[in-house]
Amino acid sequence: MGLNEIKAKKNDLITYGIVIILFAIVAVMVATGMATRHMQSILVPVCINIILAVSLNLVVGFLGELSLGHAGFMSVGAYAGCLFAIYTADILPAAVRFPLAMIIGGVVAAVFGVLIGIPVLRLSGDYLAIVTLAAGEIIRSVIINLGFTGGAAGLKGTPQDSNFIIGFVVVLITMFVIMNFVNSKHGRAIKAMRDNKIAAESCGVNLNSYKLLAFVMGAFFAGVAGVLYGHNYSILTADVFDYNRSIEILVIVVLGGIGSIRGSIISAIIITILPEALRGFADYRMLIYAIALIVMMLLNSSEKGREILSKLNFRSLGSLLKNRGAKKEVQGNDE
Amino acid sequence: MKKNVFKKAFAVAMSVMMVGAFMTGCGSKSGSDENVLVIGGSGPLTGDYSTYGISVKQGAELAVKEINEAGGVNGTEFKLVFEDDMADPTSAASAYATMADNGMQVGLGATTSGACLTAVAEAEKDGILVVTPSASQVECAAPENVFRICFTDPLQGAYAAQVIKEKNIGTKVAVIYDKSNDYSAGIQKAFVDKAAEINLEVVTNQAFTNQSNTDFSVQLQAVKNSGADLVFLPIYAQEAAYILTQAQKLGINIQFMGGDGLDGVIEKAGEANVSALEDVLLLTPFFAKDDSDFVKAYRDEYGTTPDQFAADSYDAVYAIKAAMEKSGAVPTDSDFNEKMIAAMTEIEVEGVTGTMTWDKSGEPDKTAYIVQIKDGKYVEFN
Repeated sequence: MGLNEIKAKKNDLITYGIVIILFAIVAVMVATGMATRHMQSILVPVCINIILAVSLNLVVGFLGELSLGHAGFMSVGAYAGCLFAIYTADILPAAVRFPLAMIIGGVVAAVFGVLIGIPVLRLSGDYLAIVTLAAGEIIRSVIINLGFTGGAAGLKGTPQDSNFIIGFVVVLITMFVIMNFVNSKHGRAIKAMRDNKIAAESCGVNLNSYKLLAFVMGAFFAGVAGVLYGHNYSILTADVFDYNRSIEILVIVVLGGIGSIRGSIISAIIITILPEALRGFADYRMLIYAIALIVMMLLNSSEKGREILSKLNFRSLGSLLKNRGAKKEVQGNDE
Repeated sequence: MKKNVFKKAFAVAMSVMMVGAFMTGCGSKSGSDENVLVIGGSGPLTGDYSTYGISVKQGAELAVKEINEAGGVNGTEFKLVFEDDMADPTSAASAYATMADNGMQVGLGATTSGACLTAVAEAEKDGILVVTPSASQVECAAPENVFRICFTDPLQGAYAAQVIKEKNIGTKVAVIYDKSNDYSAGIQKAFVDKAAEINLEVVTNQAFTNQSNTDFSVQLQAVKNSGADLVFLPIYAQEAAYILTQAQKLGINIQFMGGDGLDGVIEKAGEANVSALEDVLLLTPFFAKDDSDFVKAYRDEYGTTPDQFAADSYDAVYAIKAAMEKSGAVPTDSDFNEKMIAAMTEIEVEGVTGTMTWDKSGEPDKTAYIVQIKDGKYVEFN
């Protein structure tokens, strides 16, 4: 047990290291003017996708339930946080308002997580996936039909407080909370539940409350990501939070490796940058994006592909894949 | 050992390639190419709304081509950079940044309103002139540096109510609109408000969304039961084509009327359904007249009939040209942006969507025509 903990700690430290080094490189590039405006414009979206992917990974990877309603929680958080920011724009300074907005967005999303989670988490597998998908769509429809959200025209006037540094700090906080949670007593209970429900229950793990805890935590960070999103653009429309968005987040999680935080971070970066980097291909952009996605998925899932990746000394992806193998062993030991 | 070095070299080469691909994707700053004015615009070229983005792109392309063939303006050639934004605000922001990297000095904003708001927010910081062809939400033209070619949604809705009342086209009006679309919902709201103000009776408001935009039998039945003598359709041509053909099948014989979004409905409905469109009214600044030079040139170039999006963006480029001629500015001027923005309020453009002038608010002053469809052709209605 102790050995596993040390392994996990070391693993986490490597992940922090990767993120901090990447941040440092980008920060230097921005400071020295090497980064084009185009690059700078996608830094915040990268942070947002990392938060979304890491929080969804908690539900999909560690809880083991397929949730397709992540964009719904993101939109609830975004609207709550942005509405708060709009109404307090004249009263509070940005340094107080923005963190408060994020907390409010997160909490409101978490409340919705509880409301949706209580009935939904009685289900599992395909049923749960479909019901969360429906819940996300309901949230979107309600937002379009409400008056104070701006309806189809969107919500305008949110102060544009998001920037890369804040995004990075929130990414670190998200990583810190979720990684510690996963390695904690509660995290072990959740993983045990994923691997064998009956065994976990017989050991005294309260299935429903732990299930809900992980689900709500995922919703909270999705809400925070939503607030970050809403503060980055001058308009917030419900259309961007449709099921395509939920699936995009799921794609990130699956590509990075289910249950691997580091993988989620790396694949969030790749998936966000890829369509932008392909702008040079003009009309064929989305076609090439789709093909690249298929190739990456195939490469990622085949034994041969993993071999090639690790042989190429592709540290990030390679070690990530090895890591996944190691995780399986760890689970074996736990049982 | 040697093998290891090779592996490392390969890894480095791969990373360099990836970064390189990204960099070229961004495009490098195109220095000070003295005699070229880079005009940047974005729109959905892929995805659900791609027909609008492609129309805007083609309209602008045609205008740029014509202007360059005629020798440019003030010794300057126009160059169009058009990026895909999938009608998504996030993508529009990075599309704008890409174009800024490419040396954009005048913008066309983004095709759709939501995306345009993020593009305009960036443009406001840069202070460049933006002439947006088709972003019809009021806030899009709020900054000082943004001018608009199309009507705003509220203006169009209020104007439609006014015309119906004045010309006595109908007394009991039913509205079918797309609740999930900002353009449609915006016009509907203004229409209903104005109707209440001038005592025009609106008997029913029937909504649909972009998830349910092919079968309209429920809405049409409700319209029929409401006893309306006019149906107002503040929607786009594709949905209107469905509504009109379905109305004919249901035997609903009420007068239909639409806004500028209805332009193109004849093509969308197809020749087999022309009879369903008989007598439909459109309140629009632009309709594709077969004998107009613009329509002919557009058909020669792209093989399709231009819609209002193409016409608006064609006019936008000519407005930029007019502003350059008026101010005598060239892109190398240090006060190019200020000169251009100031000139916009002084020019008059005889465009394909009517004769336009602008004031400081950025809204165009132009008229809309009422046209009627007869035998699959547009004729003016009096």
